[in-house]
Amino acid sequence: MLSKKQAKAFFLGGTVLFSAIFLALSVETVTSSMPEKTNDSQITEAVVRGKEIWDSNNCMGCHTILGEGAYYAPELTRVYSRKGESYIKTVLMAKEPWAPRGRKMVAYALSEEEANDAVAFFKWINEMDLNGFPPEPDPALSK
Amino acid sequence: MKYKSQKVAYWFFALSMLLIVLQITYGFIMGFAHMGFDGLHNIIPFNAARATHNNLLVVWLLSGFMGAAYYIIPEEAQQELVSVKLAYVQLITLALVGVTAVIGFHFNWWEGRKFLEIPRELDFLVVINVITFLGIILATLFKGKKQSTTAMVLTMGLVFAALLYLPGMIWFDNQGMDSFFRWWVVHLWVEGVWELIMGGILAFLLIKLTGVDREVIEKWLYVIVGLTFLSGILGTGHHYYYIGAPEYWLIIGGIFSALEPLAFLGMALFAIHMYRKGGRNHPNKTALFWTLGSAIVSFVGAGLLGLAHTLPQVNMYTHGTLVTAMHGHLAFWGAYGMIVFAMISYALPQLTGRKLYNTVTGLYGFWLSLIGMVGMTTAFGVAGVAQVYLERRIGLDFMVAQQEIEVHFLVLVLCATIFATGITMFIIDFVRYGQPNDEALIGEDEVNSLENA
Repeated sequence: MLSKKQAKAFFLGGTVLFSAIFLALSVETVTSSMPEKTNDSQITEAVVRGKEIWDSNNCMGCHTILGEGAYYAPELTRVYSRKGESYIKTVLMAKEPWAPRGRKMVAYALSEEEANDAVAFFKWINEMDLNGFPPEPDPALSK
Repeated sequence: MKYKSQKVAYWFFALSMLLIVLQITYGFIMGFAHMGFDGLHNIIPFNAARATHNNLLVVWLLSGFMGAAYYIIPEEAQQELVSVKLAYVQLITLALVGVTAVIGFHFNWWEGRKFLEIPRELDFLVVINVITFLGIILATLFKGKKQSTTAMVLTMGLVFAALLYLPGMIWFDNQGMDSFFRWWVVHLWVEGVWELIMGGILAFLLIKLTGVDREVIEKWLYVIVGLTFLSGILGTGHHYYYIGAPEYWLIIGGIFSALEPLAFLGMALFAIHMYRKGGRNHPNKTALFWTLGSAIVSFVGAGLLGLAHTLPQVNMYTHGTLVTAMHGHLAFWGAYGMIVFAMISYALPQLTGRKLYNTVTGLYGFWLSLIGMVGMTTAFGVAGVAQVYLERRIGLDFMVAQQEIEVHFLVLVLCATIFATGITMFIIDFVRYGQPNDEALIGEDEVNSLENA
């Protein structure tokens, strides 16, 4: 029968072993694979300013990006290719709440420069290799 | 209670009760907004309600964990808290930081990072607060007569939770990297070190409520927290499928996420077996309900409903939909909400000396909140699956799909009302107990005779 000492060894040994594996994989991910898959070298100053706009307005509090967020407003990972630059800028620069089908967005009334930065951010996100996400709908089902 | 300083716990529990009421209020605002009734949009836009709802959850649970630690550690270490005054200072500053953060959310002062929205300036205050808390706990534990396994596991969970907050404070220009390290905080909290805290509280309650030998309970506690880390650490991979991380996380995350329910199953079987094995007929059945309920509901909410969407093939479609909200609600409630309620139910009679065991309100509080939360989970699940089908499979526009599923939010709000009624009843009991007092102080013999009554 398992003793308390053995149970403790299982807990401590397992924790150390799996933490070590996790850390090793994390190092590989952030130093090698992820920069390549996310086109890290193409992060310009405009992209960084765009991310600051994204974060400081808590856009993730309604939208999702890379599938993460609040499920209240559309997924924006591929919004650049789906809606295009001018549509995105119109929404972000609107002085009245944008309300497609009645669901209101905060009117951020961004300046032209800020909207350009946000677009640069979405354009960079748009090019990421996300292992197939978001999935393409099945055309046969919509018939 | 055996130690005078344990009274501090009461005020942390009281703060928890206050914050859960606020959290539920903001939940209703969000539920109505999903149904199209967003009349508060100009003063409380959805993202403010959402940040408030999520962060209040974290703060009331942390306040509950801290209260539990302030109650458990003196009793386990057989030592008064080293500084009661500092503990009260820590309570007040925790409340002030929480309130400031929530007010800030309404004025666009935040970091837009899910669950970690508290602005950077306040992050540093949180760190100071938590260091103060850990200082009191660790000093008490190591000054005490003994360091039990239960106390050590609980303390280890609290220390790791504090350390893991730090990766969330690093700024990354790369959104994918930002997300990668954000999950070090969020996932490794809720599917890692918080389970140590839950396990520690559960073991303490089972020792007190069932009378099973401490050595037996603590042996199985090691096995369960061992299983938690075995599956949970690499299970973080299920958050890395689609954020720009390499493909090997699909395999690693898939395999270890599939193992994650084992730890929760172990927790549930452990609690049920100890209850059946125990010879003690403890009079506080309400605390027993919450304790066993937490172990079982966490298996369903965190274990099974997690598994329902962590396989990569499934998650490809459910990632970023209301299916996540389905899992999140029952998981948080079962694993962490209910264990805090269990601790409060056990501690209140000890702190106040009033033996209001098994009241009608206490019993209805348990069942109504449980039924309400299961109903909410079901509503989120139905809405989530419909959203996946309409938006991800058929390709309908986001808002078209949202309007199709609006009706499920009516069910959600109705179930939330049942849940809120249960919580109200629990709080009524909380208030009826009154404040802690020194007359409730009793010796070891008296504790044993009461527990064996």
